[in-house]
Amino acid sequence: MTVRDVKDTLKARVLTGEDLLDQEVRSACGSDMMSDVLAFSKDHSVLLTGLCNPQVIRTAEMLDIVCLIFVRGKKPDDSIIEMAADRGIVVLATGHRMFSACGMLYGAGLRGGAV
Amino acid sequence: MDDAICLTYDISPDDFTRAGEASSDVKKKLKQMGVGPEAVRKVAIAMYEGEINMVIHAKGGEIRVEITPERIVMVLDDVGPGIPNVEKAMQAGYSTAPDEVRSLGFGAGMGLPNMKQYTDSMEIDTRIGVGTKITMVVNI
Ligand SMILES: Nc1ncnc2c1ncn2[C@@H]1O[C@H](COP(=O)(O)OP(=O)(O)O)[C@@H](O)[C@H]1O
Ligand SMILES: [Mg+2]
Repeated sequence: MTVRDVKDTLKARVLTGEDLLDQEVRSACGSDMMSDVLAFSKDHSVLLTGLCNPQVIRTAEMLDIVCLIFVRGKKPDDSIIEMAADRGIVVLATGHRMFSACGMLYGAGLRGGAV
Repeated sequence: MDDAICLTYDISPDDFTRAGEASSDVKKKLKQMGVGPEAVRKVAIAMYEGEINMVIHAKGGEIRVEITPERIVMVLDDVGPGIPNVEKAMQAGYSTAPDEVRSLGFGAGMGLPNMKQYTDSMEIDTRIGVGTKITMVVNI
């Protein structure tokens, strides 16, 4: 699927990267612990998180994550969105909670990838 | 060794929001040099975990990165309390991080295991009350 499919599935808002929605997405990872995320390294991944600080963007940057999804209505501040924009990372925001958002993407065919 | 490139970074212990800037810079430079994406990612992840540790567990320090056509060597040299039991610290899930660090997304006890997983060799030289020096190598 594409980042656009992810956005539509979650009825998410695009906070930055409107022009990058046609990128391919192959796997997903959801966590508020960044080291758990860093243990997971797959190409073309999206990251769902409820954590809202600059280290989320740095973690996404190190892993070449294509799209970051802030769940349960989290609204990152402008400096965080700007950091993502500088790195070409799409940022989405959805009101769904982590469990529901992951379930919706799983239902749409997205997988976590082998551990 | 003639064509080795050396980069040096001062790691400040004061600002958690800036932790990772050195790793970010190294990642950008390796990419510009045309190093393969797999090696770049391994270096970025391992160095970032180590850089975060220097900020949350120690009092900052210095990171030196040496790049040759064959390998990337990272030396993370901190001024800190040292690691009393390295074997224990290397275990997945072991962490002494306080709750405030955990609320920032770190302290899952996966940092050192991740650093080992993503590098071809890792050596820890630590002295209680003096500091910790971690040397990691990623072959290209
Ligand atoms: N540079 C360091 N200086 C002192 N102690 C460290 C350092 N790096 C790691 N440690 C110790 O090793 C433990 C495990 O580290 P790590 O696997 O990165 O997990 P975490 O950072 O999530 O606690 C830390 O909780 C800390 O007690
Ligand atoms: Mg750590």
